[in-house]
Amino acid sequence: MLVAALLLGVWTSAGAQTSTSSIPRTPDGKPDLQGFWDAATLTPLERPRQGQGKTLTPAEATAIERAAAERRDRGVRPSDPNRKAPPAGGVDSAGGVGGYNGFWVDRGSSVTSINGEARTSIVVDPPDGHVPPFTPEGRARARTRRELANTFDDVEARPLGERCLMSFGSSAGPPALPVMYNNIKQIVQTPDHVMILNEMVHDARIVRMHGPHLPGSIRKWLGDSIGRWEGDTLVVETTNFTNKTFFRGSSENLKVIERFTRLDAKTLLYQFTVEDSTTWTRPWSGEYVWAWSEQPLYEYACHEANYSLEGILKGARRQDADGSAGNVGRPR
Amino acid sequence: MRATRGARVFLAGLLSAASLIGVAPAPRAEAQAYRAPRTADGKPDLNGIWQALNTANFDLQAHVARPALALRSGPHGPVPAKEVLALGAVGAVPGGLGVIDGAEIPYQPWALDRKKENQANWLARDPEIKCYLPGVPRATYMPYPFQIFHSDKAIFIAYEYAGATRNIYLTDPGPPPVESWMGQSVGRWEGETLVVESTGFNDRTWLDRAGNFHSDELKVVERYSRTGPDHMQYEATITDPKVFTRPWTIRMPLYRRVEPNVALMDFKCVEFVEELVYGQYRKRPLP
Repeated sequence: MLVAALLLGVWTSAGAQTSTSSIPRTPDGKPDLQGFWDAATLTPLERPRQGQGKTLTPAEATAIERAAAERRDRGVRPSDPNRKAPPAGGVDSAGGVGGYNGFWVDRGSSVTSINGEARTSIVVDPPDGHVPPFTPEGRARARTRRELANTFDDVEARPLGERCLMSFGSSAGPPALPVMYNNIKQIVQTPDHVMILNEMVHDARIVRMHGPHLPGSIRKWLGDSIGRWEGDTLVVETTNFTNKTFFRGSSENLKVIERFTRLDAKTLLYQFTVEDSTTWTRPWSGEYVWAWSEQPLYEYACHEANYSLEGILKGARRQDADGSAGNVGRPR
Repeated sequence: MRATRGARVFLAGLLSAASLIGVAPAPRAEAQAYRAPRTADGKPDLNGIWQALNTANFDLQAHVARPALALRSGPHGPVPAKEVLALGAVGAVPGGLGVIDGAEIPYQPWALDRKKENQANWLARDPEIKCYLPGVPRATYMPYPFQIFHSDKAIFIAYEYAGATRNIYLTDPGPPPVESWMGQSVGRWEGETLVVESTGFNDRTWLDRAGNFHSDELKVVERYSRTGPDHMQYEATITDPKVFTRPWTIRMPLYRRVEPNVALMDFKCVEFVEELVYGQYRKRPLP
């Protein structure tokens, strides 16, 4: 207990600690968050094992990183030209028909480490490292959405990522989570705005410093973000989400508080708290670090070449005609 | 008013002639007189939400108003095509004196034929209809605002239309690794003017709703110059040896959106074109 308290103390003072260090600063003296950042991490959102603690031992962290490196090495080997076709219907949630090999996947090469502590999960509150249970309303909404995503009758039923409306996996956020690829972000900072570009679906989040939120009648896909500085930490509060924005079951009542703290030249600490009492039984929080990247972003023109969505819907119509429906619609 | 506007067009013609014979056009009088507020590193501050206010997106060239973008022959002249008929006056094209130097875009003969064909098949071919990324320079004069983020380290443009974005590299990263809709943009300062060179385009964007187009050899050199507290002069010189006989230039003022509560809105038009693009694949297509 004492150890846990000490660790918690270290965590909550992370922002304050950096105020004396020599982080880059903008001409107006604020921490300079600008540049390209890589949000990839091997640390999952939730703790993989029940009862697991918050931190990994160095040996555990090394084992995870080594296993990831081996997976990556295996994944980039040339495919066997004589391999057999995958089973009908695929073998995993992505279909398992060979869509992604190691060339595509970039989950990073290390676990997230904060103040020298390698982490088992991004979620730190609740303390068990798991997203809290749904409220009955949240559970019902998630079920409805899951069932809808299992249908192919209308384009609107397909997930937002498939429709190129939003990044999948909350890559852009808020809150921004690491996903299987395209984890690079660009931050541009002026005295009045902070712009956070997410590579996937080229979503530019525009954070207005200070000022009131937009009227409640104006809802935005990525919400309306207002920023303020608390010491050396940029705090961003986002509300006004659309009722189509869907963060792990969230509703339009979602409120996200993000905290961006530049720990050093190479590290940005990203912390978030999500609140939606119509969805979860309590607010919950997570944190992980973004690593400085020399890699710029490239254009993610998704809709312009969304042959897949046409294929998915056309395929469903073909199955309707053949009476062969049944092999599609694996739950995500 | 008409005389003044005519004089401006005439002036633009003179500037064009000057550029043709290799003489750099003189900076506009306003640009010389006006000294913009500075960013921390002493550059003219381009921050803000800006918008063009003209008919360039309808047609870069001078044009009179016409009944619709898609027309068909009527017994006494063109009338709106069936697909757009219900829009009435809302679907009409407002006239404009054009934004190009000279009277016409210098197409190669084959390309002029293609442009006319594009215009005749506007509904099927204009990438704006399908909410595709607008390309450059079209992104600038789409009828939507855009926001420039300008710090001492970066210049970035977010466009409301389709959520298009451009990072303006301030250090040349080398040749574009792959072609793209918005290209790769590299900026530099020439005195009071931000000069942006963009290359690495695909051949799928258009320049307006009139079928004006380019190839993947497009190169665009844009010049952004503050001319007043709420105004900026914008010029773009378009080079494409596959399509045009020579480089040509468009010029227009950009206006700051001065509303106190102005903010870029969502215009994720992908959602709005789903019925057009995918409606035919519904299990029960709408009647």
